[in-house]
Amino acid sequence: MTVSEALLDVRDLAVDLPIGGELRTVLHDVSFTIAPGEALGLVGESGSGKSMTARSIARLLPPGAFSTGTISYAGGDVAALKGAGMRTYRAEVAMVFQDPRAHINPVRRIGDFMTEALRTNHGVSTSDAVARAVALLEEVGISDGQRRLDQHPHELSGGLLQRVMIATALLTEPRLLLADEPTTALDVTTQADVMAILDDLRRERNMALLFITHDLELASAVCDRTAVMYAGQLVEQRTSSQLHDDPLHPYTAGLVGARPSIDGQVTRLAAIPGRPRSAYEAPAGCAFADRCVHAEDACANVRPALEPLEDGLVRCRRAGELRGMLSTGGRRG
Amino acid sequence: MADAAAPRTSIDPKAAAADPLLTVRALTKHFGAHVAVDDVSFDIARGGSLAIVGESGSGKTTIAKMIVGLVVPTSGTVNACGHDRSTRPRGAAERRRRGAEVQIVFQDPYSSLDPHQSGASAIDEVLALHRGGSGSERAGRVTELGDLVGLDERQLRALPRALSGGQRQRVAIARALAAEPQLLILDESVAALDVSIQAQVLNLLADVRASTGVSYLLISHDLAVVRQITDDVIVMHRGVVVEHGGTREVLDHPQAAYTQLLRASVPTPGWRPRRRSEWSGAPEAADGIVS
Repeated sequence: MTVSEALLDVRDLAVDLPIGGELRTVLHDVSFTIAPGEALGLVGESGSGKSMTARSIARLLPPGAFSTGTISYAGGDVAALKGAGMRTYRAEVAMVFQDPRAHINPVRRIGDFMTEALRTNHGVSTSDAVARAVALLEEVGISDGQRRLDQHPHELSGGLLQRVMIATALLTEPRLLLADEPTTALDVTTQADVMAILDDLRRERNMALLFITHDLELASAVCDRTAVMYAGQLVEQRTSSQLHDDPLHPYTAGLVGARPSIDGQVTRLAAIPGRPRSAYEAPAGCAFADRCVHAEDACANVRPALEPLEDGLVRCRRAGELRGMLSTGGRRG
Repeated sequence: MADAAAPRTSIDPKAAAADPLLTVRALTKHFGAHVAVDDVSFDIARGGSLAIVGESGSGKTTIAKMIVGLVVPTSGTVNACGHDRSTRPRGAAERRRRGAEVQIVFQDPYSSLDPHQSGASAIDEVLALHRGGSGSERAGRVTELGDLVGLDERQLRALPRALSGGQRQRVAIARALAAEPQLLILDESVAALDVSIQAQVLNLLADVRASTGVSYLLISHDLAVVRQITDDVIVMHRGVVVEHGGTREVLDHPQAAYTQLLRASVPTPGWRPRRRSEWSGAPEAADGIVS
């Protein structure tokens, strides 16, 4: 995809954070694009850098963070935005977080929270803002929106509150939604409901989505393409339907194989040895080399680039010769 | 509720073995006007494993707390290893005996371990209380338990903050096993772990069961984890058992409407999310935040 077609273009993003008194790399060499209306999944374990990627895009990095590379939105440099440009960007690129209770003021009413951005930044009258909030609540499956606007967050269940957060994010009619584990804290039946709502609204509005999750199967279900992150890097990016059944990177295969299946028991799960690494803990060569069953001596020395293979991108110097040989724990489909 | 008429709500004949390790009968807990657990009965055979699945507010954790004695039942009985534990223990000896029969591992090892105590010291404390022996005998046993759960000497001597989440959970499991319990309750014990670490701990739990013969009661909302390590399952919804049977049978052919909804909500290859309103006769789901 060329830069001009992309709604979001992240190029060579690297982030260092102050950890334990010194700057440590948590993200490096991260490049990807999202087209208008496209859904991209970002999958990884703790420390992989998926949340920091979203925070970089939203310009919500913690104090003391140092970042390089460029993030372009609709052709413009996000880092250069200020004032009115930044307000427009915040309206067009909205974010939904994992824990709705941590991102809403507990002493203010739902209505105040939902309509604040419209009233203060977009010059919408209170009555119009309320009408739009009620209409959007209806779209996320809350039929008694008028009553909910008068309630406080503690009066709503977690599932209801996350629907409120999604409705709030959509009020400014964003062209891109950054969703960071939006259903991870929810019960599984509520997760299915909220994901279905998010998926419907996205398609109706032709809204692009960056969907961050640790659940590869959930990402595959709602995203066109899925990228896998490990130790602060993208290690694979592929059409979602291909990623699960026919992974290109040994880590992706490891993630699929390690997960137990609801459809059957295995004698032993194909666990990945060791533990997930942050970028600053990873080996000098391939970040996954010390946990990879396919690693050779050279893997520990040479840092592989993210290179095209078939319909995807993969960061593994052996990816070509391992085609068709990566085990996902003996389960397919 | 239609669920109440589901065919598999009776006690599974296989679980109601001649020599049950754990017998729970008509267990009920009210918190004020709220009925958290309503008339729940089940058995776990010696060496067996049972999962209680359900969403937030289903009552599954309250059942675990009543079995270990952290919550006193409103009515009903709990019997483990032939001893009633429905009422508070009378004295230290009975409390100690109960601890040697049933142990529990919680979801978050960071809050269930003392931040100032090493794993070795935490395990030794349990050994001294339940197993006795000299200091050097206990030290040898600490090393054995460390081997069993995959912790080396350096990791055993470390404070919890120096360990990863998976290593901390191994300490919690080793500490529970130090009492040599007949029944280990796993209350969402692998839920907070990364996928690659969760697989390691699930394999470990299978190894421990094979080598010690301990029985498991797994409290979980994750049906794939339930499938991997349990023989039987109870499905709870709003304090009531809606389905009870062999894990394979219940997951492959769910009978109760709620179990069907739960099963269909799990993302698998080819799965698409569905709005709850698309379900005809959908049961009211929990809609909470997973604790």
